Amino acid sequence: MSAPPDTAPNRADSKRTGPSDRPPFRLRDVLLRWEVLLAFLLVIVFVANALATPWFLDVYNLADATYNFSQKAIIALPMALLILTREIDLSVGAIAALSALTVGLAASAGMPPAVLVGVGLITGLACGMFNGFLVTRIGVPSIVITIGTMSLFRGIAQVTLGDQALTSFPSGFANLEQTYLISWPPLPLSFVLFLVLAALFGVILHFTAFGRTLYAIGANPVAARFSGIAVERTRFWLFALSGLAAGLAGTLLASRFGVVRPNAALGWELEVITMVIFGGVSIAGGVGSIPGVVLAAFVLGFTTFGLLLLNVPGIVITVLLGLLLIFSIALPIVLRRIMGGR
Amino acid sequence: MSWLLQHREIALAGLIALMVIGIGLYAPAFATVGSLTGVLNDAAFLIMLAIGQTIVILTRGIDLSMAANLALTGMLVALVGQYGPELPALIYVALGILIGACLGALIGGLVGGLGIPPIVVTLGALAIYRGMIVVIGGGDQVNASEMGQRFQAFPKIEFLGLTTPFWIAATVTIAAWAFMNRTRTGRSIYAVGGNPVAAAYCGINVRRIEGLVYVISGGIAGMCGYLWVARYGVAYSEIALGYELTVIAACVIGGVSIAGGVGSVAGAVLGALFLGVVVNALPVMQISPFWQMAISGAVILGAVVLNARSETRPGKLILPEARRNGA
Repeated sequence: MSAPPDTAPNRADSKRTGPSDRPPFRLRDVLLRWEVLLAFLLVIVFVANALATPWFLDVYNLADATYNFSQKAIIALPMALLILTREIDLSVGAIAALSALTVGLAASAGMPPAVLVGVGLITGLACGMFNGFLVTRIGVPSIVITIGTMSLFRGIAQVTLGDQALTSFPSGFANLEQTYLISWPPLPLSFVLFLVLAALFGVILHFTAFGRTLYAIGANPVAARFSGIAVERTRFWLFALSGLAAGLAGTLLASRFGVVRPNAALGWELEVITMVIFGGVSIAGGVGSIPGVVLAAFVLGFTTFGLLLLNVPGIVITVLLGLLLIFSIALPIVLRRIMGGR
Repeated sequence: MSWLLQHREIALAGLIALMVIGIGLYAPAFATVGSLTGVLNDAAFLIMLAIGQTIVILTRGIDLSMAANLALTGMLVALVGQYGPELPALIYVALGILIGACLGALIGGLVGGLGIPPIVVTLGALAIYRGMIVVIGGGDQVNASEMGQRFQAFPKIEFLGLTTPFWIAATVTIAAWAFMNRTRTGRSIYAVGGNPVAAAYCGINVRRIEGLVYVISGGIAGMCGYLWVARYGVAYSEIALGYELTVIAACVIGGVSIAGGVGSVAGAVLGALFLGVVVNALPVMQISPFWQMAISGAVILGAVVLNARSETRPGKLILPEARRNGA
């Protein structure tokens, strides 16, 4: 807004340095980016929590806080790619439960920890590929397919376990999530995995040609197909990836608690989707970024943890997070409408 | 096309009849009048909710908050029942419809007025409504002993062996059929789902329709909330937990297209009946209740595969050609 009056003629000069379709740099645009707003929000959450309770800024408390959201955040990464390409996977919670179940069964059979991790990952991958196969072959919206497979996967877990629970795990496996991966600063395995995977997903989505094809599919699947992008094959592998991540989360869950019941990870799909949407990924497809999703995971995770430290009941936190989701989407629309009929 | 739709609903009705006969031959206890009326009484809630959900899905929307709305309204009406246990039962029903419709109107305002994607709004509303039950009820549940006789008696009144919820569901079915097929607003709902842009050019207020459907689904959910709480004699935060997805499954089995514009009240009712028969057949066939979820999952996927042919996607005419030649 305080730009000098000769900005417009200068734009021609900038052609030499960058693509001509790039809009001129304006501080206001950067500050109004969703990711920047989320970063501000994260700072506010930290400051507010630190002022409210003296225990919040304790490193060990913060490390334990990450247990609350790391596993869901791992699933949120491939879910962001799916929603970006106009798909959705409602079966991730059920896949996590089924993977935890197979891990538990393998542990009861006396398998070593390395095999257990493999079993969990393969179960997740197989479920994800099943989803991908159905979505790409039948050509029905993925929300319908994954409602069906959600019942199917969790149903299989229920049929297998009934009202029983699997509780015997080798100590080497339980130590994966029950001890810190690095003792100082205390970092749990699931949190480190989340950070590594987030970096990987970020690079793939934002710095590779494959990442650009995902945006192209999300913006217009038909046009993407005519541009020579293998839309169906990409969708298939995204569902496989989502299943694999859910399998990993289920394995970590089994290790963390040392107990597997058929209702493990119940309702996770909605929490994961909340994370992704709050991270600025548009449900209409084609818009969103990995840094946004990572920041959203942090904001939601640390808000929840801070409120828990203040003895706010979990169900009240649910109400607050629901309000946060709706307001975060509604507010920009209302502001835009008030500030001018653009 | 209309003949084909008609045909599919008849096929589904035939399938349900075959299932009832087949299960009856296997386990004669299932084919008795008492058992079958039990199926209808149980399925009444699913029928009503599926009709409400169908009306929403027809406009390309989705209402994930229906079960949470049911539970919250049920709790509120139960609290009213606690302090005024001897009011006429119809007042509770009207109160349920009113509260549910108000909760639905909040969603309708955000979807129709602001244009926020319905999946986002109803996902948020689902969390908020579920949580509000605990906040309002102070974490306690309202038990049968606190509700009053007249409050609880209404959903248990029998006529021809069928209880009030069934007769209300039958009334809702006829009313919804008339509304969707014989009124201008009902046809507008189909038009908006079929093609919102074309509907706007026809002079239909698309935003009003997109908001209105959530008021309808909310009103139905609210009425079910009272009936549910009074029938089962308890109100707490986890009533009908996850039921929204069962309701959507009933719609999908009934041939309602998530892409909007395709589906009928009769289809939704048959889809709900189908799931009702499956769920009620398991115990008489001495199958463990743990199978219920896996079977309904398999049924949903089977129905989706069978219905897939009637789904039309833009660009599909050309893309299969490209797929065959290249990818």
